Amino acid sequence: MSLQAAIGVRLPGFDLDVELHVEPGEVLAVLGPNGAGKTTLLRSITGLTPLDRGRLVVDGTALDDPELDLFVPVDERPIGMVFQSYLLFDHLSAADNVAFGLRARGMKKAIANERSIDWLGRVGLAELANARPRDLSGGQAQRVALARALATEPRVLLLDEPLAALDVQTRREVRRDLRDHLASFDGMRLLVTHDPIDAYALANRVAILDEGRLVQSGTIAEVTAHPRSRYVAELVGTNLVSGIVEHGTMTTDSGARVVAADAPDGRSFAVIRPQAVVLSSAHAGASDGTASSARNTWPCTVSDIDILGDRARVSVVGVLPLTAEVTVESVESLGLRPGDDVQATVKATDIETYPA
Amino acid sequence: MIIRPARARGQSDRLPAPVQLLALVAVAFFALPFIGLLWRMPWGSVWSIIADDAVGTALWLSIRTSLAATALAVTFGVPLAWLLARVAFAGRGAVRALCLLSMVLPPVVGGVVLFFSFGRRGLFGQYLDRWFDVQLPFTIWGVIVAQTFVSMPFLVITVEAALRQVDQRYEDAARTLGGSRWYVFRRVTLPAIRPALIAGAVLAWARALGEFGATITFAGNFPGTTQTMPLATYLALETDPQSALVLSLVLVAISFGVLVSLRERWLGGFGPVSA
Repeated sequence: MSLQAAIGVRLPGFDLDVELHVEPGEVLAVLGPNGAGKTTLLRSITGLTPLDRGRLVVDGTALDDPELDLFVPVDERPIGMVFQSYLLFDHLSAADNVAFGLRARGMKKAIANERSIDWLGRVGLAELANARPRDLSGGQAQRVALARALATEPRVLLLDEPLAALDVQTRREVRRDLRDHLASFDGMRLLVTHDPIDAYALANRVAILDEGRLVQSGTIAEVTAHPRSRYVAELVGTNLVSGIVEHGTMTTDSGARVVAADAPDGRSFAVIRPQAVVLSSAHAGASDGTASSARNTWPCTVSDIDILGDRARVSVVGVLPLTAEVTVESVESLGLRPGDDVQATVKATDIETYPA
Repeated sequence: MIIRPARARGQSDRLPAPVQLLALVAVAFFALPFIGLLWRMPWGSVWSIIADDAVGTALWLSIRTSLAATALAVTFGVPLAWLLARVAFAGRGAVRALCLLSMVLPPVVGGVVLFFSFGRRGLFGQYLDRWFDVQLPFTIWGVIVAQTFVSMPFLVITVEAALRQVDQRYEDAARTLGGSRWYVFRRVTLPAIRPALIAGAVLAWARALGEFGATITFAGNFPGTTQTMPLATYLALETDPQSALVLSLVLVAISFGVLVSLRERWLGGFGPVSA
């Protein structure tokens, strides 16, 4: 009883090749940049884009298997979907939108209406049953779309960028509501998003999709702690370096030397949290490495400074490109500007390594 | 497609003078013939001419046949537009051109091709006659066929353009909710193209109502069976110009009334718009 998908879809200029499974009660977030194939993945599960190879099975029933020439049409699949811009039918009221799937399956109008009002009540919108979609706020439209997808009682619920259509202010509130509503659905849930915050807030497990391939999957804690690609590291906001470790010292692919505590020999990844990176002026006494207990010091040049509240993310380039997170006060007291030469310092004990 | 005019037109919306002038010339070009018609109208005898049996018969025939032709155009034209808009098949361009041909042909040529294919001795007409005892020429059915032949392209071209503009993601959403293709077409696509469907049906109806050349060539000119208003008007012009004027007035009044009353409905149309 689960969703098992081996998805192979060939589109002009794009190839999607992904294997994933979702257990009942589980929320899987597929995280990836725009153009990674997230929407194509969802469309292939709904049947809107048939598979070219692979096999899609829900609860032991094959829905798409090109080898067996088996294809269950979109409208006969136990799969509901919440689309990115919700796609509510503007010529129908909220209640008629929710009743749409029930009516399409031949349910009597009176019963379908009753159920639809019930569903709107569950998402807290009973009083807006007669509202037209154009009169709903973004968050309300999303709840109607969710009720509409769930009203047909699917086994699998797909959500395409469920929060992307909302403005920043309402997003946090809607995210929390959505988590509660998702929790009340006991089927398999799969959402795609480009925003790691959505994945953290809504999912148990995350799979990273890049250029049509899954590059990593696991629990969110695993993926955050041990990213296995530059893309994932950037997504979770940390620095990832890869290289070969010998006697506790890594020589990175770019030629930098990184000393890390307890590093295993061989090809490895090292994660350096931006908060662990200390920046100092290039002319400070620590340049010879003797005046500090920190084992790693790299000369580098500031390339970019991003202010986020009282924090600043400073990107540096050089033998080891890094992002450092420091206080705005430090940026001001050091007088940092793009183009300045600085030193980046990290304690060996702040660097975590793991085999590649 | 149809742009809602701004309600309050401020000074800044004023058009350049040459544009205004040319637009006014165009309006005058359309208005003057009707002023001429009204000026020559024998107002004293209008009512007696309209009440005349021959006029009533022609009018009633025109209304019945043009509505029947419109119904046929919608019944077959919407599926044809659907096919042309959504199914990529080899030779689609050629099929589209063929189906729209009668819109650009001189109507009399349309009548000729109908006559030699569906006439009693025509390639297909002889079998209609022999097997089913159906004769199209010189019957009311011939009028309807001729009108449908020339009017359906107007519906097809309008509806096909609308179908191409419909945001198909709404249809996708409806499919995932369990809607069959037919259900989705009825409940999602059709409401979205409703303004275009109405506009296309009105255009097709107006074309059918005014149809002259194909009708007279294919169906002949028999009072009561095939003599529609345009035919009666043309013939009256030679024998009784006063009733030609009145017949014209009736056609103008009906067409103008329908265009004005339906305009609001086209503008009041709706469709799923992006959230």
